[in-house]
Amino acid sequence: MRDKFIFTPWISLAPALTIALVLLGASLFYGIAESVGYVSVIGQNEISFSAYHATLVLSSEFWRSLRFSLWISIASTMISSVVALALAVWLSERRGNMDTLALNWNLAFPHLVWSVALLLFLSQSGLFARWVASLGFITTTDQFPVLVRDRFGIGIILSYVGKEIPFLTIIILSVLRSQSVGYDVVAENLGASRWQRLRYVTIPQVLPALLAGDLLVFGFIFSSYEVPALLGVGYPRALPVLALRFFLDPDLRARSEGMVISLIITLIVILVAVISLRIGERQE
Amino acid sequence: MKRIASYALRVILYIILVAPLLLFIAYAFSTRWFFPQPFPTEWTLTTFQRAMDDARTLSSMAQGIWIAILVSLLSLILALPAARVLGLRKFRGRQLAWLLLFLPTVIPPLAIGMGLNILFLRIGLAGTIAGVVLAHIIPTLPYTIFTLSSAFARFDENYEFQALALGASPWHIFFKVTLRMLAPSLIVATLFAFLISWSQYLLTLLIGGGQVITLPILLFSAASGGNPSTIAVLSLLFIAPPVLVIAATARQLNQHGNQIRELY
Repeated sequence: MRDKFIFTPWISLAPALTIALVLLGASLFYGIAESVGYVSVIGQNEISFSAYHATLVLSSEFWRSLRFSLWISIASTMISSVVALALAVWLSERRGNMDTLALNWNLAFPHLVWSVALLLFLSQSGLFARWVASLGFITTTDQFPVLVRDRFGIGIILSYVGKEIPFLTIIILSVLRSQSVGYDVVAENLGASRWQRLRYVTIPQVLPALLAGDLLVFGFIFSSYEVPALLGVGYPRALPVLALRFFLDPDLRARSEGMVISLIITLIVILVAVISLRIGERQE
Repeated sequence: MKRIASYALRVILYIILVAPLLLFIAYAFSTRWFFPQPFPTEWTLTTFQRAMDDARTLSSMAQGIWIAILVSLLSLILALPAARVLGLRKFRGRQLAWLLLFLPTVIPPLAIGMGLNILFLRIGLAGTIAGVVLAHIIPTLPYTIFTLSSAFARFDENYEFQALALGASPWHIFFKVTLRMLAPSLIVATLFAFLISWSQYLLTLLIGGGQVITLPILLFSAASGGNPSTIAVLSLLFIAPPVLVIAATARQLNQHGNQIRELY
């Protein structure tokens, strides 16, 4: 009787697994096929690695974009971690759900909206420029520094930092709150200073979780399109932006190059995710 | 002194958190706010009204809601049986099943969208609502399974056996016992599947190909060169559902916030 509505595990898993794996498998298959020039639309049916060559040749824009993407991903991740750590330590010394609630509020603003908000805050005719101007420091809009859509990716980094700080803070806070206060108190009784407690007790405690979170954040930033597309400039472009522009190019050969870049991004992100998973496992 | 510093820091934190909302409201409900006026001087509803009168605004919202409803229902139907065995059973290959189901969260939407774009163009799903729904299920399904399986892990099957012993039919048990006991997690999972679909930009762009226009698509193109008021109105419409959901599920968020954020 029991078996009538509780099937064997794999039958229950089949619908979800089928959908997920068929869609994923097919998309990877077609992606790879496209990248080796197997594009039946233009009747080319032989494998060629010319798109890989065109992408990886030293003079290609790929390398400039890779550097730019690494810069924004690493800078955003590092800044967010440091601020999140400070914020979490500060918040952990205080009880109360209000703060966690406030941090979750951040979920209500998808990256796209948060970037749009930054655009309205920081552009040369934005809110901050108005405030600075009405205080008399500048008189025209072009005197305000270019903080979004700038060559160095400042706007992009600010956007990610704003979104990732709450995320990492919640991760660190949950580690700090799950541990008993014991260690910290013992260290204090043994005469450790505030700085020593942070350096030798708190940071080692949260480091595995923070590192795993950092890698997730890095992978996410490295592969996401909206923020650099909205807050970036035409050159240098982030890798995902470059990939999509090539992919949507009317010239079908550019499509293959776009696919090559997207596969390289995927490879890097998977690598980072595996490392993150390993760190997470060691933590348990 | 320390108390004051701590208090000030907290106030700053809260200001940063509400600032975007206030900013959107300021731009959406004001007019003739010229540089360098620090604050809007003329408040009005006409800006908001004009954006709402634009046929594209309402149709994009309707389309987005319709897609998100289909996506959350479908992921729920697909996720329930899978989450049940993952939460309740120990079996060979359980780890493998987890890994396979979570693979889609590791692969960037960019790569998934590009590959599906080629496939869906061939089989005629590109530019259709069905195609976009299928694409959205890829990021929502792992999340739904995760939420429901942790609910099943706390679920006591004996209630079902008891109902069975008392003569209830399997369907009756499913709807009156199982679903009812899972209700809180079920609601959270559905709402967040809805939100993930609602705010999806890249997959909609790549699969919808300009035929399926949702609010994020409209917002993105407005933000690439529209006027601030339109951008602000669209942003407010875009974040209305998330704000309501976050407020309604604040308690559960403390448990699931991190996983949700990763897919969002």
